[in-house]
Amino acid sequence: MKAKWLAFLGIAAMVFGNGLVYAESTSIRMDGSTTVLPIAQKVAEAYMKEHPDVTITVSGGGSGNGIKAIIDGTTDIADSSRFIKDQEVADAVAKGTYPVPFAIAYDCIVPIVHPSNTVKDLTVDQLKGIYTGAITNWKEVGGPDMEIVVISRDTSSGTYEVWEEKVLKKERVAASALLQASNGAVAQAVSKNKHAIGYVGIGYVDKSVKGLPVNGIAGSPTTTLNGTFPISRALYMFTRGWPTGEVLNLINYVMHPQKGQKYVKEAGFVPLY
Amino acid sequence: MFLSRQKKETAIKSTFFLVATLSILVLSLIMLFLFVEGVPIFGKVSPITFLFGKSWYPTADPPDFQIFPLIMASIAVTALSAAISIPLGVMTALYLAEIASKRIRSIAKPIVELLAALPSVVIGFFGMVVVAPFLQDVFEIPTGLNLFNAGLMLAFMSVPTICSISEDAIYSVPIELKEASLALGATHWETIFRVITPASLSGISTAVILGMSRAIGETMVVLMVAGGAAMSPKSIFSPVRPMPASIAAEMAEAPFRSNHYYALFATGMVLFFFTLCFNILADHIAQKHKQVGAATL
Repeated sequence: MKAKWLAFLGIAAMVFGNGLVYAESTSIRMDGSTTVLPIAQKVAEAYMKEHPDVTITVSGGGSGNGIKAIIDGTTDIADSSRFIKDQEVADAVAKGTYPVPFAIAYDCIVPIVHPSNTVKDLTVDQLKGIYTGAITNWKEVGGPDMEIVVISRDTSSGTYEVWEEKVLKKERVAASALLQASNGAVAQAVSKNKHAIGYVGIGYVDKSVKGLPVNGIAGSPTTTLNGTFPISRALYMFTRGWPTGEVLNLINYVMHPQKGQKYVKEAGFVPLY
Repeated sequence: MFLSRQKKETAIKSTFFLVATLSILVLSLIMLFLFVEGVPIFGKVSPITFLFGKSWYPTADPPDFQIFPLIMASIAVTALSAAISIPLGVMTALYLAEIASKRIRSIAKPIVELLAALPSVVIGFFGMVVVAPFLQDVFEIPTGLNLFNAGLMLAFMSVPTICSISEDAIYSVPIELKEASLALGATHWETIFRVITPASLSGISTAVILGMSRAIGETMVVLMVAGGAAMSPKSIFSPVRPMPASIAAEMAEAPFRSNHYYALFATGMVLFFFTLCFNILADHIAQKHKQVGAATL
């Protein structure tokens, strides 16, 4: 009986002790873009493994919510798939903080077709025509005489957001466009359908589909980084003022070519170097 | 320990009452939540426009929240799957209950019921990778991700429900009815179609409606194979986007408490009304045509 009590006390002490250790640890909050979320999650996991005394909570409430959280001071790092707006900077300054942006990765969206498709190149205007329903046959853009099956992403996704901004120029995608819920599903559907056109993040282009150049420029890490590929954008992390302490370490970790940037590539984005 | 028997009885009774109340309470709270989160959209869009308008552009500027194409898609997919699964399910049930030998029945019934255990994502993946390219090649249609594919996959999912419940209904038809019919000189076939089927009709109807209610609420399969074009179907090979697919695809990234978020919950309300109607109908039929014994036929 006595032994049991001792064991119980031992366990209790361990639990309590642990509690004390956690109480002393640093915790970092990250919130914002769902596009950046896969990067943030991978980086957070790896960072916490290397630094067991740091706890990072990651959530994805959207870029707007992330930046709002930076303004209100409810998060330490805001992930965003767009640059901060003037109004948001003004709001932040009014609340006594200055958001500092770090471009941590690039997003490059490549139009894809079935490997058997003979079309070699499309312009942004042609892509816009296809996605708004003005162009419905491949022969109108120099391909074979067959109907175009347009595959798009759900309108809430970050990938769609880029497409809407850079290709559709805020016009509406045709109602007849098929919808797939992920990059992988779009690639899968296009690889199985010779009529189809879709778009995916560069990390998802493989041999089963054919990635098309846009305006004569092939989507690649090089053309994304030098800004010539038209359907690309930078992804950001914002901090409250110039980061210090553990937040600074984390940002450095994200920027590190062999550490954070490795996860950027794994998540299907273009790393900085 | 030395409670009187009455007290024990009361204690047991109230425990059961408490448990039952708890599950009802949870259910009504979920419903309440659904309505609280869905109703605000009607401050922005009138219910008529929401239900009967034809364009669903939730993230456009300005957005359109009109779910008529989604409702039509749900109805079309469910109707098509019912057209496939009712004959299949009911006929399998008749075979199992009346024609198959005991041995075959003991093997076949669990297998049919096992079909129900297939996760919907597996059926969806099968539809996407195997059935869609097959449909494209055979019918020479632009895309295999369409209404027909979704209906077919949903039929797979509702056959076990329909078969299993109607088999129970057919099997429980009193033996006297069958014996009387045979004694009067009817053949086995005549007995099945003139006596046994009418006698178990209420059970079969319940089975059919429950199967359909499963099909209309199914999410993963329609998300993967229905194609997802937000327009009313023009043919059985049109890509469509049923209500559950829209909710599943968009909810994750709709900003919390935005109009889009409210609109998706309101879509959920519409879906809830559909399944509720199905279930009430099933219950009504089951009550009305209840077979108590041979005498009630």
